Formats: sequence, C-alpha cells, structure tokens
Amino acid sequence: MSKRKTKKKKLDTLQKKPEKLIDKDDIRLDGRKLNELRPVKIEVGVLGNADGSAYIEQGKNKILAAVYGPKEVHPRHLALPDRAVLRCRYHMAPFSVDERKSPAPSRREVELSKVIREALEPSIFVEYYPRTSIDIFIEVLQADGGTRCAGITTASLALADAGIPMRNLVAACAAGKVEGHLVLDLMDTEDKVGEADVPLALMPNLNAITLLQMDGSLTIEEFEKVINLALEGCKQLYTLQKEALKSKYVVAKEDAEE
Amino acid sequence: MTPPPIVLRVKQKRIAELVSSGKRLDGRELTDYREIQVETGVIERAEGSARVRLGKTEVMAGIKIETGTPFPDVPNQGVLTVNAELVPLASPTFEPGPPNENAVELARIVDRGIRESKAIELEKLCVEPGKKVFIVFVDVYVLNHDGNLIDASAMAALAALLNTKMFNYEVEGGEVKIKPGYTPLPIRNHPIPVTFAKINGKLILDPWLEEEQVMDARLTMTLDKDGKICAIQKGGYGYFTTQQILEAANIAREKTEELRKIVVKG
Amino acid sequence: MPLFYEKRQLVTPGDLLAEDNYITGDNTYEDNGKIYASRVGLVDYEARKVHVVALKAFYVPYVGDTVIGKIIEVTTGGWIVDINAPYFAMLRASDVIDRPFKPETSDLPSIFDVGDLIIAKVVAYDRTRDPLLTVREPGLGKIMRGQLIEITPTKIPRVIGRKGSMVSMIKRETGCQITIGQNGLILVSGKTAEDERLAVMALHKIEEESHTSGLTDRVTEMLRKKKEGVEHV
Repeated sequence: MSKRKTKKKKLDTLQKKPEKLIDKDDIRLDGRKLNELRPVKIEVGVLGNADGSAYIEQGKNKILAAVYGPKEVHPRHLALPDRAVLRCRYHMAPFSVDERKSPAPSRREVELSKVIREALEPSIFVEYYPRTSIDIFIEVLQADGGTRCAGITTASLALADAGIPMRNLVAACAAGKVEGHLVLDLMDTEDKVGEADVPLALMPNLNAITLLQMDGSLTIEEFEKVINLALEGCKQLYTLQKEALKSKYVVAKEDAEE
Repeated sequence: MTPPPIVLRVKQKRIAELVSSGKRLDGRELTDYREIQVETGVIERAEGSARVRLGKTEVMAGIKIETGTPFPDVPNQGVLTVNAELVPLASPTFEPGPPNENAVELARIVDRGIRESKAIELEKLCVEPGKKVFIVFVDVYVLNHDGNLIDASAMAALAALLNTKMFNYEVEGGEVKIKPGYTPLPIRNHPIPVTFAKINGKLILDPWLEEEQVMDARLTMTLDKDGKICAIQKGGYGYFTTQQILEAANIAREKTEELRKIVVKG
Repeated sequence: MPLFYEKRQLVTPGDLLAEDNYITGDNTYEDNGKIYASRVGLVDYEARKVHVVALKAFYVPYVGDTVIGKIIEVTTGGWIVDINAPYFAMLRASDVIDRPFKPETSDLPSIFDVGDLIIAKVVAYDRTRDPLLTVREPGLGKIMRGQLIEITPTKIPRVIGRKGSMVSMIKRETGCQITIGQNGLILVSGKTAEDERLAVMALHKIEEESHTSGLTDRVTEMLRKKKEGVEHV
C-alpha cells in the first residue's frame, strides 16, 4: 500500500459565540453560581498495570492519571544520586477536543507537563528514593477547560494510590474573570471568552501554593479576590479527594464485617 | 528503551503444560474469551466513542469527523484513517513517543478490517467530488494492556463507529454549513477479528498478557458479517502450518459471530 | 490535647495526627513540632509514638527479610534480581560458589538463569547502593514449581497471622505449600490447580479485607464452602 496524505481543513461550525455567558441573575451557562465548582466524580485505583491510578470527571472533563514507580531509572545516566527523578507527561487524546488534535505532543502539552510536575514535586518525599524515577502520566480523555488543574488533582491521588509517601495531597482549581464577574472553575467557553484565568494548586494542610499561572488582565485587588476564590475551590476538592481515597477501604470494611 | 519483561520460567512451564492438557491458567478453555464489556458514548464531545474491557485489557476508541480533500484516485469517497496510541499509563513497557512498530501494526490491522469489509459507506461521505469530503478519524487509545490488544481495539473501533452521529449539513458556496440534527454514520458491515496464539503446538484464543509473552506466534483473522474473511495478520517469531491456519479459520467463523453479537448490541 | 484522631481511624497524607512532644513512627513525618501522615492508612498511637499502618505501600528492603525474587540478568560477577522493590537486588556469584571462581570457566546461567525464581535473604542494604542477597541458608535457593502471587507488602503480617495462625490454616484447608516473601510475593504450590486456586483466592481475600476483624474465621469459612461446592460437582 502506497503512503498517502490527505489535507485536513478546519470545520466551519455552527458554534457561534454565545450571546452572554452570565445572565442577569449571575447564573452561568451551565446553571452554576459564580463561586460554584462543577460537579465532580472521583475514583481511585482504576487501572490494573499502573502502581497507582485515579480518574476524575469534573463537569465535562474526563481525566485519567497513573503513576509508575519508584523504580530504577533507565537510562542510568538520568538518575540523581540523592533523590528520585520525577517525570510527568500531560497528554490529550485526539478525540478529547472539538477539533481532532494530533496525538503528537504540542508545545502547550510540553509546558503543562512541566508546570504540573513542579506542582506535584513539593508534595513528594523524593529524597527517600535516590537513583529511582517516579513517572506520572495524565491522559485527558475529554476536555472542557481547567484540565491542568483537574490533572493535578487526579495525579496526586494516583501518587497516594501508589503508596508513595507525600507531605500532603495536592488539589488544584482555577478562578478568573468572565464578563466582569469573578468566577470559580472556568469551563472552556468561559476561559476562551473571559478576561482572566488563574489556575492554582495547593497543599491544603501546609498552605503551600505549588502552581500559579495567569492569562489575561486583572487589577491587583481583583487578583487577590480571584486567588481566594481558587483557594476555596481547592479546599472543596481536597475534601472530595480524601473521600475518594477513603471510600475504597470503607466499603470493603463494611461489607466484610456484615 | 525499557527491556521487555522477563517471564518466570516456572510460569512459562505451567502455561505450556496446561495448554497441552487443554486448559489455561485462569481456568478458561482454549477457545474461551475473557469477559467482555462494551460501553458506548463514553466521550460525548467526540462524534462517536466506545470503551471495551476484555478481561483486564481496556481500550477506548474515539471518532472525530472533519472535512478535507479526497485522495486523487477516489475523488468521490470519504477518507478513513485509523491511529492507535499505546499510551504509557497502560503498561510499564509502553514509552512516550511517536507510535512504535506495535502501535502502527495495531492501527493498520484495525484499519484493514474496517476498510476491506467496506464497513463505512465512504461514497456517502462526499461533499464535493474531487474537492471536499469527510474524513473519519478513528483513534484507538489503549488504557490497560493485559493481552490481546488487537481484538479489544477492533471491537472498540467498531462499537465507536456504530455509536457515531454525523451532524446534518448543507453545502453553501463550497463550504459545509452545519444544520441542526444528526444522522448515524452510514455503516454497512461489522468486521470482527479473533486472535489466536500458538503455544506448545496448540491454538488458543484471546491470549492474556502472560500467554502472549510465552507464545510462539499469533494469528489474527477478521471476518465480516457474512462470514467472509477480510483481513489476516500473522505476528511473532514462530510459524503456523496450513492445517492450523484452516483450523483457525473454522473456529473464527463461529467465534466472530458470538463476539459480533456483543459488540453490535452493546 | 495534641492527638487529633482515634486509634485505627483512616487517615490520608497530610492529615495532622499529633503535636507537642510526640515521636514519628512509620509513615509519618514531622514539621515544626507537628506530626502528619505521609501515606493512606490506619493511625495508631503507642505511648508517645504515632504511626500509620499503610493500606498500600511498596516493599523497601530490610536486612534479614526473606524475599522471593526473579533473576532478570546474569552478569560476570553474579545475578541481578527483581525483588519488587524500587531497587534491583544483587546476588554475588561468590555467595553460591565456594571456591574462587573464574568468570570464563564458571557457568553462572546453569546455576540461576534469567527467568528463574529464587527465595533469598537480604543481607545488606543502605541507601547508597542496591540491596545484597544471599541464598546460603537452608530453605533458600531456586524455586522449581508453584504459582506466584503478589500482594501489597504491608499486608504480609496479616497473611502470616498471629504466630502463623492464618497461613497455617490456609495450608491445612487447601493442602498447599505456601512460601511467603516479605516483599509481598507469595508462592503457592499444591497438588492440583484447583487447590492452588483456592489458596490464591484466600490470599487475595486477606489482602482486600486486611484492615477488618474476624478475618481468619471468614477466610476459613470461605475455603470450606468452596471446597464443598467443588466436591458436589
């Protein structure tokens, strides 16, 4: 069979910009209030081969995270003598977005892989396992804005599921400004059309912010409010993370003791 | 490069011994498949999607439809393109990077089954002959590798295609304008593969991971809904005799019908 | 009151367990006088020591442990063994061959080859180098038959049971030989595949329900019921 190529053109879609993202009662397109998180569903320990794994649905986001390690590093020269090497790959499935995305890593995915790794690293006791590597894989199966944050939230659970010692779980959430309002947990349309998006990751018990980025334009006062909103969102997610971790064991305990 | 996993000698012997006596390590008969679960519509944003669980092997398939230029030799036909990703989270042996030979072979076997059985009515996907057609992207995503990725992937791809809804459209000034409403992707055939592994001279169906690590060779046969063979692929370092191949074809005829019922209904 | 949880409550990494003059035990860490959990598990207090019994953790080698390992490479000086830990372990040729050996004339693969399963003991381990094994003691060496299963290493004590009560019971009920590696690998060797499958089922049940009480009785009952079921067929 000869090799062939075909050119793909951008589809003319009916997706015109919605008139308004937030109505006069401060209700958003998906029915949420300004400071409301999207509905979240979390499951821990979903993959057979990975040492640890977790899955999240946050609004329309569907994200899978897996951890392999700690294990010996290959190739050897990448090993560090006094700590584990952390490697992280954030990747989107071709069918995860409206216009099919090529499976090859984009520059955005490369950047996000780095900032996600740097968001999780402070939580892991890497110094306990010199000369090893801990690999984190995040696959976005369906995307609707805020995937780097949901990826961090899930990856942190996968690390706990792998039995890797940590200082704290990491929870992440974005907040921003849309049509003049300060909102929590922006979905894709809000992010594209809004005035600012601030993703943030937090180790809640230690009050440590490990990811912080911003796109857009905000006054310093607005920024402070937005950060507080995001922190609130992170704390809510942290509660859900803990529940998800515990529920695996609580159910078994109840069933068993009947 | 991660070295290939080393199979325990004790286990190799055990698997081979059992197969000789007609049994397998997990209690299955030689021609039994593991439990199959098919779920469709798992990714709403995609035009079609499905997830198949074959034992612990898990594969997701997503379908996206875009417009593009047709191939010059078939100007009236839509285009089918199949890609497979062995993403690293599915197995400690999968590395990040462009598709390696296993991923490419997997995609091409799945593609062959769909293409040769003419499963998709590509003639109906033409917008403007020679200029604009629809491209059907089938993306196979392996989520957990516990053996027999070929059958799981092909079943996921078929289930996803059957789940695919195309937006209604009209052509205005050479451009595609989307109208409200959907129609199912026109599908006229249901190709289903069965994959055999040869261990100790015997043929077994649906090898799980450890059986794959021990097998001499594998043979995949894809049959369409009329029982006609539309694709075959032999893989691995070993060989098959003519008799074994014909034996496989006969088993395939019955088995693909069983599997087809699960995929087409689910 | 510097204690924040009750005994055997489920905690997650970062949960504050105690403060003011408590000592850190397993799976905890200290920061500024406060003690936090570092793994998911059940918290416990003993005198002024706080520790967490982890529900899931990988094996970290400990000198004196009996482990089951897989030979993954033969080198000029010995073998590299996968013991299901973050580090591969080493077995030196000199551990097995008494007289001084010459790499050219010694046939190491004939002793242990890639893919062989061995029972060994950890004789040395520190964080600057890979763990070292020995097969010199009686009962150690190559494993010739059986099924290998893997459970999370923190559950091994539960599989053994108090004074070996749990594992003895499984051996009795299934007639299988059971060899336990501290690294979470367990070898089951029985007369029939059915017997082995029963033992494997029991072991997996213990792994899943290890944090509950009355487990020994439930496992015994399950085994008896399954055996009856098989006999009636």
